[in-house]
Amino acid sequence: MTLPPFLVIARLTIQEASRRRLLLALLILTLLVVGFSAWGFNKITTLTRGDGTPLPPDQVALLTSQLLIVVTFMYSGVLALSAAVVAGPLISSEVESGLLLSMLARPVRRSEVVIGKWLGLAALVAIYAAFAGTAELAAVDWATGYLPPHPVELIAFVAAEGLILLSVGLLLSTRLSGITAGVIALVAWLMAWIAGVVGDIGTGLQNQALENVGVVSHLVLPSDGLWRGAIYAMEPDTLITAMKALGTAGRANPFAATEPPPAEFLVWVVAWFGIVLTLSILSFRTREI
Amino acid sequence: MAEVAEETPAAVSKESAAGTPAVKTVELRKRFGRTVALAGLTMTVPRGEVFGFLGPNGAGKTTAVKLLLGLLTPTSGEGWLLGRRIGDLGARRRIGYLPELFRYQSWLTASEVLALHCELAPLARSSWKDEIRSVLETVGLTERAGDKVGTFSKGMQQRLGLGAALLGEPDLVFLDEPTSALDPVGRHDVRAIIRGLASRGTAVFLNSHLLSEVEQVCDRVAVVDHGRVIAEGTMDQLLGGTAVRVRATGLAQADKNKLLSFGRIDDEGDQLTFASLDPERVPELVGEIVAMGGRVYEVAPRHQTLEDRFLQLLEDEEK
Repeated sequence: MTLPPFLVIARLTIQEASRRRLLLALLILTLLVVGFSAWGFNKITTLTRGDGTPLPPDQVALLTSQLLIVVTFMYSGVLALSAAVVAGPLISSEVESGLLLSMLARPVRRSEVVIGKWLGLAALVAIYAAFAGTAELAAVDWATGYLPPHPVELIAFVAAEGLILLSVGLLLSTRLSGITAGVIALVAWLMAWIAGVVGDIGTGLQNQALENVGVVSHLVLPSDGLWRGAIYAMEPDTLITAMKALGTAGRANPFAATEPPPAEFLVWVVAWFGIVLTLSILSFRTREI
Repeated sequence: MAEVAEETPAAVSKESAAGTPAVKTVELRKRFGRTVALAGLTMTVPRGEVFGFLGPNGAGKTTAVKLLLGLLTPTSGEGWLLGRRIGDLGARRRIGYLPELFRYQSWLTASEVLALHCELAPLARSSWKDEIRSVLETVGLTERAGDKVGTFSKGMQQRLGLGAALLGEPDLVFLDEPTSALDPVGRHDVRAIIRGLASRGTAVFLNSHLLSEVEQVCDRVAVVDHGRVIAEGTMDQLLGGTAVRVRATGLAQADKNKLLSFGRIDDEGDQLTFASLDPERVPELVGEIVAMGGRVYEVAPRHQTLEDRFLQLLEDEEK
């Protein structure tokens, strides 16, 4: 019983990350960050007001949730950056080095190479998000007793954001050199984030044109939209109620969300993955090796 | 890229027995932008033949192999491998390929690289162990089977690539400059491996610019230049003529130019090699040199080598 080629290539991708010690490096770095942040979160519980009295629990929860959003932003950034940097050279470097020549002379379809590499890296992104997310949330819970209201959704949204960057990097990798593909994917990610902020400002000012910038950017590159989903999953109900009371102005903040991502958006994200993977396959299929 | 549905190995072997040629191309052309890499390649390589594809650097040899393997898409023309259209996945089940640019996963061991190729070929899992052991022995890497490819020298990586191309006793093996990184011992080994393949009926398509290599192992040769085949035939057909080497002093360049009436000359100072000269004309040639005031020390007629013929063909092509 032999595995179909796309699973062989997925396994090879995971094996490479592990043999090249990428997984080990991420594991050590993540444990360090979890350790430091646990210590930092623990400090919140010992804060006192001007009169020397400790902070009431709801304020500790509010502060923790805000700090957790910033820490998660760092995690999602590391994940997106790593996904883009790893996916960028995933195909192009193997075309340039000649590594794919002998493999593609086997009965292997180009589409199987693309899907296999995507699957392998997607598994790594998902596993990393689950591991780092669980470790960080457990550390915060231990340090402060606070757990965000939707931890599973939070991890899913952060992982999905990584998958978006992985998919963009892989698409570009079918045609461009590794460095170029990685850099473009990163810049696109930052631009999408900024466009999301512009959209927020548009909402705050009730300016339709600016608002549209945010909407279009969420459709073209859904990473920021997914990030908003992650934020929403971390916010306590009291905060959301307070922000809603502020009206549109309460939404003009890149680290806040008053609504979960609409179902239509989530459906679009699934379609977006399908479209980008299909484009990657078509692009690689006509690539001359 | 034509990608058709997979077929069962049984269907492939049935077709393999049908006696179709190993390689057949009709007016296969490839253009990269305005550069013509291959200008209408028409040829047939029968099953079991060791076929030398010979040409200077940039002649289109690698392009031809990549077109046949479906790594490049032809601009026009047609080709078949083992009776199946190029690009067909099924044909690639019975083929081995050592690329000119050979590179294997540096973070895998030699055995793991071969296992990967067994898996992609795909060979029955039960046969992997024996296949890998036998192939490692053939290419002389048994001792290094468990070492990471990243620690291998270029020559060892090329041996590994050759090993990967031999897995599963393929019906057709493409070797693109298979000895480019090898020392004389390695080159000798590769010639022995090619002869071994021929003896068990595997067709070998050997891309090379190393004339001695081709001369020693190939049944038939095609000489390609500027993307076109300029000569094709068995070694005997191709090397029919006699070459004559003359050692003479006292000849000015103008005298040597006059001697061109005896055919192409490979001029190495006092050594003049007439690439293709009828032995009957040797006395006439010597008389002419003496008449010009030259002093003749040695006249040695010999069979034309592939190098003589090759240089002659390329020169004729230039004209």
